[in-house]
Amino acid sequence: MGQQRVVHYINQFFGQIGGEEKGNQTPIIRDGAVGPGLALQKLLEKDATIVATVICGDTYFAENTEAAIDEILQGIKKYEPDFFIAGPAFNAGRYGLACGAICQAVKDNLKIPVITAMYPENPGAELYAKDVLMLKTGNSAVAMKDALSRLSGLALRMINGEELGFPEEEGYIPQGCRVNIWAEKTGAVRAVDMLLKKMKGEAYETELPMPVFDRVNPAPAIDRIQDAVIALVTSGGIVPKGNPDRIESANASKYCKYSIERIDDLTSQEFETVHGGYDPVYALQDPDRVLPLDAMRQLEKEGEIGKLYDYFYTTVGNTTAVSNASRYGEAIGKDLLANGVSGVILTST
Amino acid sequence: MHVCTILPISLTVGANRILPGVAIPYPTGNPALSEGEELKLRKKMMLKALTALSTKINEQTAF
Repeated sequence: MGQQRVVHYINQFFGQIGGEEKGNQTPIIRDGAVGPGLALQKLLEKDATIVATVICGDTYFAENTEAAIDEILQGIKKYEPDFFIAGPAFNAGRYGLACGAICQAVKDNLKIPVITAMYPENPGAELYAKDVLMLKTGNSAVAMKDALSRLSGLALRMINGEELGFPEEEGYIPQGCRVNIWAEKTGAVRAVDMLLKKMKGEAYETELPMPVFDRVNPAPAIDRIQDAVIALVTSGGIVPKGNPDRIESANASKYCKYSIERIDDLTSQEFETVHGGYDPVYALQDPDRVLPLDAMRQLEKEGEIGKLYDYFYTTVGNTTAVSNASRYGEAIGKDLLANGVSGVILTST
Repeated sequence: MHVCTILPISLTVGANRILPGVAIPYPTGNPALSEGEELKLRKKMMLKALTALSTKINEQTAF
């Protein structure tokens, strides 16, 4: 393989233009390696050459992201890069965001492999780690030497077309990919092994880390519930008969909103459940067992609440990704607020 | 407020006002009861849900 042409992206600070006061620096492209690129070049040795370095102010990139990306893409094309490296950005927020964004843009537009490096809690990691390969680093430039040596190692292996191993072995931020592997022991044996280790207080590594859930402060109490508009929401998959919007019975790709105006009772003739994760017999007989409309309508008539909101929201909470569910929840919340709803009863199965 | 049969799930996902449901396939019903009794149970549960919504809390609370 011939020598690969690498373009390196760094900010104004590492590009030796200046500190925060030079944050508005527009993109500059220099031939060869600059700043941390010099050390990186030594590590890349003969397999790859940093043919150009892009230096851009963090503030400029953050405030003019699209323009900065355009300028940089135009500027580096003539160097005909085979590979693109950005950072390391450590825990510098705007720098990390810039590294993620420019890597994504280069990958999508120039169709070449990219890699960056930053501290896992850098906001750039949360936003781009799924699409852009990101090496984990320490949180400040004190970790530069270690970061560059691992960054160059990983880059060289990518340049040489080697397949990368798991994130834990290679030190990059997990991208949520699932791959098939041959395992010596079945899942059941591995699970029991893990359990025994846990019981003995020994170290073990989970194969499926649990997602981290948000915590929110409790909403204030509703002052006059007799005047409040209350809405019904469910993840139990109750839909109008026939499932007109085709909500999937597992891993739902959407939520839907249906009118219950002038409906006093959910009947099996008009409603059903499409949830694929629980025995549907009881909900099919009487959907109120999952979405308690009949009871709420009576309480509305008895003056316990001001009004039952005219629509209910529904999705299927069956192997649905937390990220998707959060998205549906946020959208439903916004819609409810915009429609003057002050309380929600969310049922799940 | 969250009506959920498996309380630990509701606590894990971060719901703040929680009302335990009757069973996974019928959180707000009970097929063993007569229709009238079942509706009575459901109304009782919903009244409790409304109490939860109008109660000030400072941390995750099961009603």
